[in-house]
Amino acid sequence: MSDKDKALAYWKANLRLIVISLIIWTIVSFGFGIVLRPLLSGIAVGGTDLGFWFAQQGSILVFLALIFIYAWRMNALDRAHGVEEE
Amino acid sequence: MDQYTLNLLVVGASFALYIGIAIWARAGSTSEFYAAGRGVHPVTNGMATAADWMSAASFISMAGLIAFGGYTASSFLMGWTGGYVLLALLLAPYLRKFGKFTVPEFIGDRFYSQTARLVAVACLIIASVTYVIGQMTGAGVAFARFLEVSNTTGLLIGAGIVFAYAVLGGMKGITYTQVAQYVVLITAYTIPAVFISLQLTGVALPPIGLFSEYTATGEPLLARLDLVIQDLGFAAYTMQDTSFLPMLNMFLFTMSLMIGTAGLPHVIIRFFTVPRVSDARWSAGWALVFIALLYLTAPAVGAMARLNLVDTIFPNGATEQPIAYDERPDWIKNWEITGLLKFEDKNGDGLIQWYNDRNANFTATAEARGWQGSELTVNNDILVLANPEIAGLPGWVIALIAAGGLAAALSTAAGLLLAISSAVSHDLIKGAINPKISERGELLAARISMAAAISLATYLGLNPPGFAAQTVALAFGIAAASLFPVLMMGIFSSRINNHGAVAGMLTGLIFTVVYIFLHKGWFFIPGTNSFEDTIAGSLFGIQSTAIGAVGAILNFAVAYLVSKMTADTPQEIKDLVQSVRIPRGAGAAAADH
Repeated sequence: MSDKDKALAYWKANLRLIVISLIIWTIVSFGFGIVLRPLLSGIAVGGTDLGFWFAQQGSILVFLALIFIYAWRMNALDRAHGVEEE
Repeated sequence: MDQYTLNLLVVGASFALYIGIAIWARAGSTSEFYAAGRGVHPVTNGMATAADWMSAASFISMAGLIAFGGYTASSFLMGWTGGYVLLALLLAPYLRKFGKFTVPEFIGDRFYSQTARLVAVACLIIASVTYVIGQMTGAGVAFARFLEVSNTTGLLIGAGIVFAYAVLGGMKGITYTQVAQYVVLITAYTIPAVFISLQLTGVALPPIGLFSEYTATGEPLLARLDLVIQDLGFAAYTMQDTSFLPMLNMFLFTMSLMIGTAGLPHVIIRFFTVPRVSDARWSAGWALVFIALLYLTAPAVGAMARLNLVDTIFPNGATEQPIAYDERPDWIKNWEITGLLKFEDKNGDGLIQWYNDRNANFTATAEARGWQGSELTVNNDILVLANPEIAGLPGWVIALIAAGGLAAALSTAAGLLLAISSAVSHDLIKGAINPKISERGELLAARISMAAAISLATYLGLNPPGFAAQTVALAFGIAAASLFPVLMMGIFSSRINNHGAVAGMLTGLIFTVVYIFLHKGWFFIPGTNSFEDTIAGSLFGIQSTAIGAVGAILNFAVAYLVSKMTADTPQEIKDLVQSVRIPRGAGAAAADH
């Protein structure tokens, strides 16, 4: 593979990771926290429902996990494609 | 020792610490002044970013907004944290790899356009100056309440402290002071929250306590809160309005806060200070860890403070008689002095009636109980500040809250001032007016711009324009609609060219600012607005605070269409985009300076 192809493969893998992460990001906040909350209202959590928990706690916890998993996976991708920093 | 002496001691000690750090962390080069020499550990930078980010609004106002807004106010929680996911995935690592000092510098180089750079400088300065006014007024309020000095004296002391470490140390001084300020503010925020959670639910962790049982009645805390405030005519705390427009507004408002957060220059430049691209990724995660400690606690503080307030006024339940004004607790007396809490005995019975007198369905109940209007007005901002007094905590905790509020305001002010002054000295003076300026000359120019920015911010803090309270919408709207889209397109597309970027930024900026002015009044002058800023009264059924997301979409669309219709980007720009996408070589980029 030429350098250009390698760079392209690295970038495609990165984009895939970003798209998956942002889908999860959307589902927990705009989905569970706002638009899908009425659908989750049957699941009781501490005096209210699951959607309320996602809006005030859950989405933040998922955001945290997303960033750390992304950093971990990307650092692995950097090494796998030989583009990590010296 | 009385409370006043205690406040002086604790706040004085925190200030002495900041000054000590300022002297230790002086900046000797432009690289140290703009980017702390790119030698900041990712965890340290995460902590500094958290202090940089969490302003007087996060520390003082947010829990109050949640307490009185309930579920709807979740937008602030998701919006002001979700933006970090966008930063970590879409901007921070690439901008760090680019290896320059300011946000307009990236926009100018990537879009090979001095015009684009100058438009970015204008967006940055409008967003940051409006934001800094709020910090200065916040610091003034904290001084006035806790140190019993006049607002003016308080502001001048605050400005003096920021001046010392920001002018001397630049980004380096600001970074290490922000670390200290983070520790002060998070301690001050969480200690009262833990005690209140223990008192109400017996659970030490406030985020768990929020979803636990209220020990006084054995019901879940949120169910109890829903019940008692509905007895007073308020909407249920956890209620969601599921009709189309309210949901759309909450969606767009959350989105505007998220992309606005990711586009705010004073946050972005913090990621220029870490040594490597992989550090920028980790650092965004650490920043959110430190931010989440406060943001996971805030909804508990809000709900518990609201319940505490109702229980204080209605000790036997909301359907029984409220307490007599003469028997009110001391903390109410303390806050009455500030004018942020007011009582007016409308029906002359000597009791404190507090209910929702704007709810037409509740009028009959209120009349039956002999009530003639709600008699208590409570300012959102006092909830966090009064929390330790409400919970009956010792004096040193109250003093710590004072130091914490000041730390939140000053740390954010310093970060904003650095973003403003580096745009002036690096983008305007070195970039446009005098490119041949020496390193020493630029460092001096940076210090002078910093001093000027602080003077301007202090002046505006002392003479707040009428729009001070409205400015958050403006700052986030501008960052979301103008800066974030071009930064993202600059990295993820090599096709967007100079014309596209300038047209996109101007479209997003003008659309958003005009929409805000149409609803809040031109230049925020009352009475000059054409539409009411409510869901029903607004132009597109979208409140002005939520319009930034729409401006961003327009920015993306216009930039794409204009780029399609004009010449492709030159090869060297395609190469630049390629190099920004790959971490290798970040050290070399930094060594250019």
